[in-house]
Amino acid sequence: MNTKPLVIAGVDFSSRLFLGTGKFSSGDAMARSLEASGTQLVTVALGRVRTDGRQDDILGHLDQKRYRLLPNTSGARSAKEAVLAAELSREALNTHWLKLEVHPDPKYLMPDPVETLLATEILVKKGFIVLAYVHADPVLCRRLEEAGAAAVMPLGAPIGSNLGLESRAFLEIIIAQSGVPVVVDAGLGAPSHAAAALEMGADAVLVNTAVAAAADPVAMARAFRLGVEAGRAAFEAGLAGARSGRDRSRAGATSPLTSFLGEAAS
Amino acid sequence: MNFVDIWRKHDFREVARRIASKTPADVRRALNRNRGSVDVEDFAALLSPAAEPFLEEMAQAAHEYTVERFGRTMRLYAPLYLSNACANVCTYCGFSAHNRIRRKILNDAEILSDAGVLKAHGFGSILLVTGETGRVGREYLAHALRLLRPHFAGLCLEVQPLDEEDYASLAGDGASAVLVYQETYDPETYPRHHLSGPKADIEYRLGTPDRLGRAGVKKVGLGALSGLSDWRADAWFVGLHLRHVETAHWRMKTSVSFPRLRPHEGAEIPLTPFGERDLVHAACAFRLLSPEAELSLSTRESAQFRNHAFRLGFTSMSAGSRTNPGGYSSAPDSLEQFKIDDGRSPDEMAAFLRSQGYEPVWKDWDPAYDGFAGAARALAS
Repeated sequence: MNTKPLVIAGVDFSSRLFLGTGKFSSGDAMARSLEASGTQLVTVALGRVRTDGRQDDILGHLDQKRYRLLPNTSGARSAKEAVLAAELSREALNTHWLKLEVHPDPKYLMPDPVETLLATEILVKKGFIVLAYVHADPVLCRRLEEAGAAAVMPLGAPIGSNLGLESRAFLEIIIAQSGVPVVVDAGLGAPSHAAAALEMGADAVLVNTAVAAAADPVAMARAFRLGVEAGRAAFEAGLAGARSGRDRSRAGATSPLTSFLGEAAS
Repeated sequence: MNFVDIWRKHDFREVARRIASKTPADVRRALNRNRGSVDVEDFAALLSPAAEPFLEEMAQAAHEYTVERFGRTMRLYAPLYLSNACANVCTYCGFSAHNRIRRKILNDAEILSDAGVLKAHGFGSILLVTGETGRVGREYLAHALRLLRPHFAGLCLEVQPLDEEDYASLAGDGASAVLVYQETYDPETYPRHHLSGPKADIEYRLGTPDRLGRAGVKKVGLGALSGLSDWRADAWFVGLHLRHVETAHWRMKTSVSFPRLRPHEGAEIPLTPFGERDLVHAACAFRLLSPEAELSLSTRESAQFRNHAFRLGFTSMSAGSRTNPGGYSSAPDSLEQFKIDDGRSPDEMAAFLRSQGYEPVWKDWDPAYDGFAGAARALAS
């Protein structure tokens, strides 16, 4: 499908579906799912990467010519830990791209906005391409953009919840005002959720659980690919827009507001 | 990125052609956008001739957005002209340096005398206006702000463009907003009307809102002087500028004004047409582009027009204006910048608004936020 490419930090992506690599039943299932999804950017939890030189379950199944790696700092509880993890990932995986995640809370894995902003300021100065995972907080997203984040990754719903776009009203604001790409991350449970995010104007989505935990991950990866493509195509086509009865009635309102212009010499 | 760099990327004639080529389908698409999602291409469609049959629908939407955001309220303000001295030669302005007319710069007693009249009317917010000359630069303005600070909650400036450090300093002296109209964004027309003086530097003027944003000034006012060039293209550039400010300086509030050329001392230039219908058209398009920007309706317009148009997106109106320094009390016959049309007093204006179910708002800020003594006490004194 011919839609506009997404550009993050000067790199073009024709696929607007990013995939996580955790939670798959095997490296092989992951590889086939990634292929079916058409993705070009995959996240890898630094914590899962073997740095002892042994065969890695995830990296061993990833064709790195085909997929750009986006290491994440999952597990970091503070800016300090995230910065240490980022430096390790740059060394181990040979990329300065980074999905910044800071979540001190092990129960819900909620991102810490204060530490995330602080870490972004530090990591951008150190030359990282930072994609920051955050709550759907419009002011925080502006602050991250000012700090030099290459993209913001607001959550649609609690991670792993599959609830969809629970944060829709805030995502709309973020999308309307963001000067960097907006990637909706976390909580998307179905291809229709992904389609809805792209229809709203989100630049991309990141999905993991909904694919990895599906009965048939490969088929679900393909379904997400189609959902993302449909959503983006609809956004570019310009949705006709659902209007309330009140909106539709504007032109025929009982008290015209502009009839006086006919009387006035102008 | 600075706005000047963005402006350079857009050819004025090409923008005018693009607006002229918009279709009813483009207008429909723009009208279908969710609130706050109108982009500058949609804005071009909304300003286009193709949008004219949709004007009533645009007006209904503009009215609805405005009531939802601002309520049925109208901020009232008055200009206080501090000086008509000016080093610029501009074809359309009564203050133009080539007008051989006695110039006046108000002294402290005269400033306080005019301010007293405005304060007695109930104004909590006033707009300090000067021509453009070093004689009314940062030092003079800082002094005027310090003089007036105890008397008004809001002190806005419409003065010559200044450097970033001047703005930071004036904000510290109590300037709450700065209005700087570009007049025209058309690089061919601009030099034909700004013949000499500092205003001839189009890029310095274009960069003013960026300097204000960097200096931390709380509000910037934008606008083009309709009548100088193609009004649709100029309005589009104001919208582009507005969107830039909303993005690059997102902490700053914005306002847009719609000055039209008025008769004045020394005027002799041909005007491009910009009628009342066009003014309404532009204001409604701006409201759809930005549900948040303040839109201002001037006493340059007639009472009859203002009595109807105030509902169409506007949030502030001047009232009882004098456009000459000392015009309220100390020097009623000094040189005025332009003639006003709606000559109603502030009280009459407020009474009219109340009769229409609107609340006149005289004060919407407190200088206590800026670290100055609370205005409530000062205003009561």
